[in-house]
Amino acid sequence: MTETGLATGSRPVQGARPVSGAGPVRGARRPRRPLGVGLARPTVLILTGLWVAGPLLPLAVQAFTDQWFYPDLWPNRWSLAGWEQALGPQSRLAEAVATSIGIGAAVAALATALGAAAGRALAWHRLPGRRLIELVLLAPVLVPPFAVAMGAQVVYLRAGLADSLTGVVLAQLPAATAYATLLMSGMWAGVDPALERQARTLGAGAWRAFREVSLPQLRGGLVVAAMFAFLISWSDYLLTLLIGGGVVTTVPLLLFATAAGSGNQAATAAIALVAVAPPLLLTALAARQLAGRDTALLGVGR
Amino acid sequence: MTTDITIADLDHTYPGATTPTLRRVSLEVPAGTRTAVLGPSGSGKSTLLSIVAGLSTPTGGDVRLAGHSVLHQPPHRRDLGVVFQRPLLFPHLTVAENIAFGLRMRGTDRAAIRRRVTELLDAVALPGYGERRSGELSGGQQQRVALARALAARPGVLLLDEPFSALDPQLRGDMRALLTELHRREGSTTLFVTHDRDEATDVADTVTVLLDGRVAQHAPPADLFRRPATLTVARFLGGAGNAIPGTASAGHFDCPLGRLRLDTDHRGAGLLLIRPAAIVVGDHPGDNVVPATITAVTDRGTHLDIQATSGGVTLQLTTGPAAPLRPGDDTPLWLPPAHLSVVTP
Repeated sequence: MTETGLATGSRPVQGARPVSGAGPVRGARRPRRPLGVGLARPTVLILTGLWVAGPLLPLAVQAFTDQWFYPDLWPNRWSLAGWEQALGPQSRLAEAVATSIGIGAAVAALATALGAAAGRALAWHRLPGRRLIELVLLAPVLVPPFAVAMGAQVVYLRAGLADSLTGVVLAQLPAATAYATLLMSGMWAGVDPALERQARTLGAGAWRAFREVSLPQLRGGLVVAAMFAFLISWSDYLLTLLIGGGVVTTVPLLLFATAAGSGNQAATAAIALVAVAPPLLLTALAARQLAGRDTALLGVGR
Repeated sequence: MTTDITIADLDHTYPGATTPTLRRVSLEVPAGTRTAVLGPSGSGKSTLLSIVAGLSTPTGGDVRLAGHSVLHQPPHRRDLGVVFQRPLLFPHLTVAENIAFGLRMRGTDRAAIRRRVTELLDAVALPGYGERRSGELSGGQQQRVALARALAARPGVLLLDEPFSALDPQLRGDMRALLTELHRREGSTTLFVTHDRDEATDVADTVTVLLDGRVAQHAPPADLFRRPATLTVARFLGGAGNAIPGTASAGHFDCPLGRLRLDTDHRGAGLLLIRPAAIVVGDHPGDNVVPATITAVTDRGTHLDIQATSGGVTLQLTTGPAAPLRPGDDTPLWLPPAHLSVVTP
C-alpha cells in the first residue's frame, strides 16, 4: 500500500519538469547530474539490503562454527558439527521440511483458488456491503494473531481437527486467502468481463471461457498470490503450534524447539538457514512475474 | 446453412426496474435475410440482441432459432456469432488465433482452421495480418477481425450490436459495404441493432423500429420513410416536418390544401405526412397539385430548404441546389399520392 502511495506521490514531481521525458533529452542530461544524486540510488539499495539481510549474516557464520564467544569478533574454530547435527540421522529436519512444503503447497493451492474466485466476485459484481467485505479481508492483519490462535484452538479441538495436518492447513488458510483475495480482486479489476461474454458467444462454456480468456490474463497475479500464501504458511509458528499440538512439526517449530531445547547454536543457525532458503528461492523464481509485465502489481516495480 | 429467427412476445424488465425494457416484442427474421432493429438509446434494442444471444434472460416470451426454442440453451450452444460495438479481441491471442477461437471451441481440426482463417482474412481485406496482436491494429481493422471471428464457425445467425458506431463516418461506409459483401458470401441470417437510420436502411432489407421497448413498425426501408406507422415513428425518422391535420376517407384526405387523393386505411381525423424531399415543384398532370407561394429559400449548398404556404398551411420542401426559386414566387406543388400517409394525431 505504502509503495503505491510513494509511487503516485513521485509522479507530479516528474511531471513538473519543464521537458517531458523524451529519450534523447534524458540521455543528454545525464552527464550534468551531480555526483551525489548518482550515488544516492546504489547507497539506498545497499543500506536496504543490509537492513534486510544483515541479521542473516551472523547466522551464516555461526552455522559453520562450534565456538564463538562474546568478545570475539570472529569465531576461532570452524566446524560442520552444527550441520551434522541438523541433517544427521536423529534430526527431524528433513521431515519438518517435507511437512512445511506439504502444508505450504496445500495452503497456496487452496488460498489461490479461493482468492481468485472471491476476487472475481469483488471486482466484477456490485456486491452489497463490498467495503465491509474488504475490511473483513484485512482482519488477519488487524487482529492480533495470538487472540485468533487461542480462539481457533478451541474451535478446532471441538471439531476434532486439532493435532492433524488438515487442521493446520485449515487454520492457516484464512490469512492466506485474505491476502490472495485482495491481490486477485486487483487483478480481476483489470480484466474486461465483456471478453468472457464474447467467448461464450463463440462456443465456449462458462468454465472454458474463464480458462481460455481470463486465466491467461491473470497468470502473473496467480503466481504472486500462490507465492504469498506459501510464504505465510511457511513462516507460521503460532497457529501450527496450537492447532498442530506438537504432532505436526514444521520448520519454524523445529527451529524454535532446537533453539530453546538444545542450546546448540550452530545447529540452530543451520536450521535457520534452511528456513530462509525457500522464501529466497521462491522470490527469485517469481521475480520475473513481479518485475516483468505486471509492474503495477503490489506497487512493486518502478 | 442459415436459420430463421423468431422472436415471440418477448418481455424483459431489469431486476428492480419499474418500467419494462421490452414489451411483447415479436419479430420474424426469415433465413438468410438481414433485419435491422432501429431505435434510440434506451429503446431496449441491445437487450433484445443480448436475449437472442443468450446473455440475458427474458421475463416472458420465446426465442426460436430454426423453429426450436433456445431460451434454455446457454449462449455457447446457440449456433450464432456476435459482434459488439467494441471489437473485444482477446488480448493474449494473435489475430489468427482470435479468428480461430470459435472453431477451436468446436474441435475443428487444425488444417481446416488454418484454411478458414486465411479465407476470412482475405474476405475482410487483412491478408497477412494473422500473426499480429490486436493492439497493433486500428479500430476499423480490429472490428473487421471481430467480424471474421464471429463468422468463422459459419453460424446460422449473425448478431451485430452497433458494430460500427465507434468508427469514423468514412470507415463506417466501408464497413457497411464489407458487411453486405460478407453476407452475400456467408449467408448467415443477420440481426443488426443500431440507432443510425442510414446504417439500418443501408445494410438491412427489413427494418424494425423499436421505441420504448415496443415494435413501432416493421417494414422494408423505403416503406418506412414513405408510410411511417405513427407520428412517433415519423418523428424518429425525421419525417414529421409536414404534418397537416384533416379528415381521411376511402381514397381521400380533406384538409386546408383541398381534397387530396391517396391510399390509406385510416378513417376520420388524422395527420397527413409528406417528407420535404418528396414534394415536387411544378405542375403535374392529374390530382394532388396545389397552388403555393414561396415564403423563404435557404441555400444549403447540396440542396435548397424551401418554405411555402398553400391554403394557410406552411409546407417544408427541399429541391436541388439549382432550382430557380425566390421568396414571393407563385408555383404549383405536386404531392405524389405514393408519398402521402395518414397517421393518428
